[in-house]
Amino acid sequence: MNVLEFTSLVCIGSFLAGLLGALTGLGGGVVIVPLLTLAFGIDIRYAIGSSLVSVIATSAGAASAYVKEGYTNIRIGMFLEVATTLGALLGAFLATRIHTSLLAVIFGVVLIHSAYLSSRPRHEKNGIDRPDRLATRLRLDGSFPTSDGQQTYHVHAVPTGFGLMFVAGNLSGLLGIGSGAVKVLAMDHFMRIPFKVSTTTSNFMIGVTAAASVGIYLNRGYIDPGLSMPVMLGVLAGALLGARILVKTRTRLLRIIFSIVILLLAVEMIYNGLTGRI
Amino acid sequence: MALKNKVWNDERIELIVGIFLRVGVIIASVFVLSGGIFYLAKYATDFPEYKIFSGEPADLRSVHGIVADAFSLRSRGIIQFGLFLLMCTPVAWVAFLLFAFAKERDRAYVIVASIVLAELLFSIVGKYLYG
Repeated sequence: MNVLEFTSLVCIGSFLAGLLGALTGLGGGVVIVPLLTLAFGIDIRYAIGSSLVSVIATSAGAASAYVKEGYTNIRIGMFLEVATTLGALLGAFLATRIHTSLLAVIFGVVLIHSAYLSSRPRHEKNGIDRPDRLATRLRLDGSFPTSDGQQTYHVHAVPTGFGLMFVAGNLSGLLGIGSGAVKVLAMDHFMRIPFKVSTTTSNFMIGVTAAASVGIYLNRGYIDPGLSMPVMLGVLAGALLGARILVKTRTRLLRIIFSIVILLLAVEMIYNGLTGRI
Repeated sequence: MALKNKVWNDERIELIVGIFLRVGVIIASVFVLSGGIFYLAKYATDFPEYKIFSGEPADLRSVHGIVADAFSLRSRGIIQFGLFLLMCTPVAWVAFLLFAFAKERDRAYVIVASIVLAELLFSIVGKYLYG
């Protein structure tokens, strides 16, 4: 396979990953690393580097559309980014020190967990939405547009959310993924932030988190321009197209198919890691 | 209305951030794509080697090396410069939010944004600090 064929195939694969990631809401980043390592036999360090680059591109591309709609809460985002960026710096630092086989196994386990998290039914928020003292002091509470006008909400469990964000950032820096699933879990489930606000704010944060670790990857020589070019352009194009056709398609079946794909990739990552092939 | 008379509220900040992100991604993509075309024109029939990790050459790892390569119109340098601009987009938007929070006289969030910005800058230029 020469450079032209290789670039074309990687670009098509990345495009499909970005498209499916956007349609299912799971993000394209989670399948890029398995795709590159398992299908193309690329060293996992190059794969993680180019995946991180594509994560920044899709996050920034999608966030530019979301912030206009008025769901994104930039204060929640900025406050929690203190934890995600710190986690990401540590993750990127660790990634340069642990064995690639171990990285592959961790990657597989995180994939399974992300697929489980996003397949879980969303719980309805009920009970009293009392203001939380810490959240009030940090001015995290906000409002979002609904058909009956602006709906206000209160933020809860700030320390738990902050801690989970550190974990999310850590996984992002270690594995080159956006770890949107953990971010949404922290905001939607623990901090009891409305789902739409959680997903758009998470998307906004993903780019900043990834930027924190990508600098370290660049300095360590993990970012290869020849590989990152088709990955970034492919994932970005796929994600932007996916966001456009999202409203028109039924996504339930797609989600199930994509979750099965993720599970299979996860098992293969773990197997290859344990047998020392990665 | 003159720009300076506009109120700095969260809605306005969000609007500007949206434009910021879009412009950043577009500019970065243009560099990556044009560098990519040069790259393919030059190396299309070569064989890629990614199975064994050797790391990038020193000039593609550092900010000044990337800028120098891009200015001498090397294809891989131009792509890397585009990727570097992409990396800088979130940094620029955090810097802008820092500025906007300062305009809103929100001292707590000026501190929060400063911490995030410091962490991001450490990632990019930290190498020069710890060697």
